Amino acid sequence: MSTQTSAVVSTIAPGAQRVAVRCEGLVKRFTDVTAVDGLDLEVFTGECFGLLGPNGAGKTTTVEILEGLTAPDEGAVELLGQHWNDGDDRALRERIGVQLQETQLAEKVTVVETVRLFRSFYKRGHSVDDVIRTVALEEKRNARVGKLSGGQKQRLAVACALVSDPELLFLDEPTTGLDPQARLSLWDIVEKFQTRGGTILLTTHYMEEAARLCDRVAIMDHGKVIALGSPAELIESLGADQVIEFSVASALADDPLTTLPAVKHLHKRGEFYALTVSEIGVALPALLAEIERQQSEVVTLTTHQATLEDVFVSLTGRMLRDG
Amino acid sequence: MANERMAERTEERTVQPLHPLFELTAMRVREFMREKEAVFWVFIFPVLMTFALGIAFRNTAPDKTPVAIEATTDAKANETAQLLSGSTEITATVMSPSDAAQALRSGKVSIVVIPQNDSFEYRFDPTRPESRAARLMLDDVLQRGKGRADVVKTGEQRITEPGARYVDFLVPGLIGMNLMGSGLWGLGFTVVIARSRKILKRFAATPMRRSHYLFSFMLSRLVFLVLEVAAVIGFAWLVFDFTVRGSWLSLTLITVLGGFTFSGLGLLVAARPTTIEGVSGLMNFIMLPMWLLSGTFFSSERFPQVLQPFIKALPLTALNTVLRSVMNEGATLSSNWIPIAILVAWCVVSFVVALKIFKWQ
Repeated sequence: MSTQTSAVVSTIAPGAQRVAVRCEGLVKRFTDVTAVDGLDLEVFTGECFGLLGPNGAGKTTTVEILEGLTAPDEGAVELLGQHWNDGDDRALRERIGVQLQETQLAEKVTVVETVRLFRSFYKRGHSVDDVIRTVALEEKRNARVGKLSGGQKQRLAVACALVSDPELLFLDEPTTGLDPQARLSLWDIVEKFQTRGGTILLTTHYMEEAARLCDRVAIMDHGKVIALGSPAELIESLGADQVIEFSVASALADDPLTTLPAVKHLHKRGEFYALTVSEIGVALPALLAEIERQQSEVVTLTTHQATLEDVFVSLTGRMLRDG
Repeated sequence: MANERMAERTEERTVQPLHPLFELTAMRVREFMREKEAVFWVFIFPVLMTFALGIAFRNTAPDKTPVAIEATTDAKANETAQLLSGSTEITATVMSPSDAAQALRSGKVSIVVIPQNDSFEYRFDPTRPESRAARLMLDDVLQRGKGRADVVKTGEQRITEPGARYVDFLVPGLIGMNLMGSGLWGLGFTVVIARSRKILKRFAATPMRRSHYLFSFMLSRLVFLVLEVAAVIGFAWLVFDFTVRGSWLSLTLITVLGGFTFSGLGLLVAARPTTIEGVSGLMNFIMLPMWLLSGTFFSSERFPQVLQPFIKALPLTALNTVLRSVMNEGATLSSNWIPIAILVAWCVVSFVVALKIFKWQ
């Protein structure tokens, strides 16, 4: 699998950023589904790169291929200038930190015992207590893993990934199922890691998480990248910066809505409508007039700044959480 | 300030990790000791079992043989009771014919004596060994009571052979069974749980050497093995005056080999299943025949001859054979080379196959 890519490093243009992760033409088929369907990615050193997509988009499979845990059916992976199965996987593993989506660490052992075990696997890295401090678990140092809250368990998982002082950190849906407070404290840890020069590749299906943490985002759907860029660039690509969401008493004809001034896109889900608009001041009065003309009545109406969610909706016609 | 820094430094030194093999083994030991159920099944249960079975089948001085005297007439019955009352080996009770028949049927008495005018008649079941013995004893007492003289003088030397009691047979068998159970359960469940919780996968994402992970199971088994064998032997020694006749070195070597062999089998059954149900089925499939056939509670020699080669090839049979030979007969390991070779073969084959087919995720 590595023969294809051995020349890739030299193709970087002078002055270009250093590449931490590169993959080309990744394909992974399972018996009933093609989870990854020809995927190309480049993650630059020092950036936080997000894979954003609904459940089942192939994010986890992609990450596990990059982590060397799953072998791809096709394609090549280059990580920190090395390749998997090159005979020196252990040296490469010394340089990366991994948090897996579903790992449930042993419940009967304590926080410090868990970190200490993971630390023992690496030649170099942070001290156990430093890492526990980094993830703010000092007070739970001697608590058993089974007694931790969801957010604390997730911070411990990140501690185990950070203990080797890795150059590259993989986080697979690190905040799924966490409350907002726990999510914030995890974001804090990720940002600190990046400030110290680390590279991060994270997957998420929370657009706010991607928007807050990521320098660049690849939006994935059905095993492919369907959009790539910084969160701001992606939102800008909508050609619109506002979204009007509303519902009405009786169904409306769609066509007149899409031709209203400043309207870029219409998304309909049951009786809920979402209009992506470039100028809210123009679009909103026109919309209200159109609703009245069609002899219906507004039941609810809100407007918000366009987000990555709206980018996904406009690309796929589905919501991120639709899965 | 300086004190603070010192305090901090010493604290950090206490969590300076050691070699991964040590840390993994320590983790195994901790996880096990914190699992109350596991501690019960591995340490307490075999001791309770030794106690219960040792009590149930203890060989105390043989009880007096119970005999019923059928009350044909009061006078005859009383005369017979008089004759038998001098015996130290028989206790006789006068019963009505129907009570006597009932007592014989239910095994409360071994034999019924029916006094006739000038003779006695014995009613007993000749297929019952204790009844045949009772007939001889009873006849002897009655004949002497009626005036038969001994032709030649005889004397007795009574000994009770330690090492020949049921508890002596049982203890090595229980140790063997326990080594099998804790090896298979200890490894099987732990590995499969770690796999289903994706801990194996997480470890696979670190530079941990996979052989270290698997070897840590062997080392932690060694720790527990010492404790579980000591618990059973110590208990049997305290309560039943059990002694190990062979050398402690031989005993140590054979229990370590047994522990490793069943760790290998545990690794083999745990190499692939992803669910507890899956591995439980496999473990029962492996352990059930050995519980029945390998001579834990009674000698496997009692099974039909055609089955013997198969039974002898089972690892638990081999282990029990060597354990009994060392503990009860004081034999050396070299005189047991065949069952030891069988154990080594099981150990090596199951390890090699397990490592080959082991799934990390």
